[in-house]
Amino acid sequence: MAVTNVTSFGRSGLSDWIVQRVSGVVLTIYLLVIAGWLLLTPEVDFASWKALNSGLCIRILTVFAVLSLAAHAWIGMWGVLTDYVTVRLMGPKATLLRVFLQLGMIAVIFVYVVWTVAILWGK
Amino acid sequence: MNDKRPVNLDIGTIQLPITAYVSILHRVSGVALFVISGLFIWMLDCSLASDESFTALQGILTHPLVKLVLWGMLAALAYHLVAGIRHMFMDFGVGETLEGGILGAKLVLVIAAILIAFAGAWVWL
Ligand code: HEM
Repeated sequence: MAVTNVTSFGRSGLSDWIVQRVSGVVLTIYLLVIAGWLLLTPEVDFASWKALNSGLCIRILTVFAVLSLAAHAWIGMWGVLTDYVTVRLMGPKATLLRVFLQLGMIAVIFVYVVWTVAILWGK
Repeated sequence: MNDKRPVNLDIGTIQLPITAYVSILHRVSGVALFVISGLFIWMLDCSLASDESFTALQGILTHPLVKLVLWGMLAALAYHLVAGIRHMFMDFGVGETLEGGILGAKLVLVIAAILIAFAGAWVWL
């Protein structure tokens, strides 16, 4: 019987495992593109940086990256919290504390995503 | 009870293998990145909002203490990324033996150290 947990990310540990890897790869691609641009652009100033981030391709990549960050951090932090903030290590209060921390984490992730989309398309 | 029986829970005498350090550092850097991501998004915001905010951010980034923080942020990212890639190699069964694990852990430390040194040069030069 599968063990389900409402605060995990996907429907199963296997799907979480795959999402964790795919999101890691997407983040790596984004970071390599940005690092490569920063190193290869002779004149990094507002105009060139703004021009780069106005392109549709880079915006889509950025949105993919922040969505990957959201899934990746959700799964990763879930793993850490369910390892340490447990009844065995902390006593009966642990479950409530962990749910509280997980909700806080989800709120932060939500802000990251909305903020990034607003940076790219807002104003 | 015999008080003289040997107990080895003295943390100072327990030697962790290199693979354990590489593993826990991946976890620590991952948690750190959760917070650091907010700072990176803030920098993205400043750098794209306007010409003035871009210049203001550039100004902030000249402060020596800020440079140190930025280097720390990049170091966490570089380490987590390299260790994460090793993780995926091991998921595919590469480097899962005892020797392979130790070699992989050493490679992670060496490659991450090179990247972190490089990031330091980029921040300060
Ligand atoms: C930039 C934002 C990132 C954040 C906030 C982040 C956060 C985390 C966290 C908290 C964990 C859980 C660690 C643990 O359970 O020990 C984790 C695991 C992992 N991270 Fe990241 N990470 C980021 C980027 C990356 C990148 C760029 C890669 C690319 C290689 C990556 C690859 C991995 C892998 C493969 C795991 C799984 C480890 C496991 O299954 O035990 N991460 N990450």
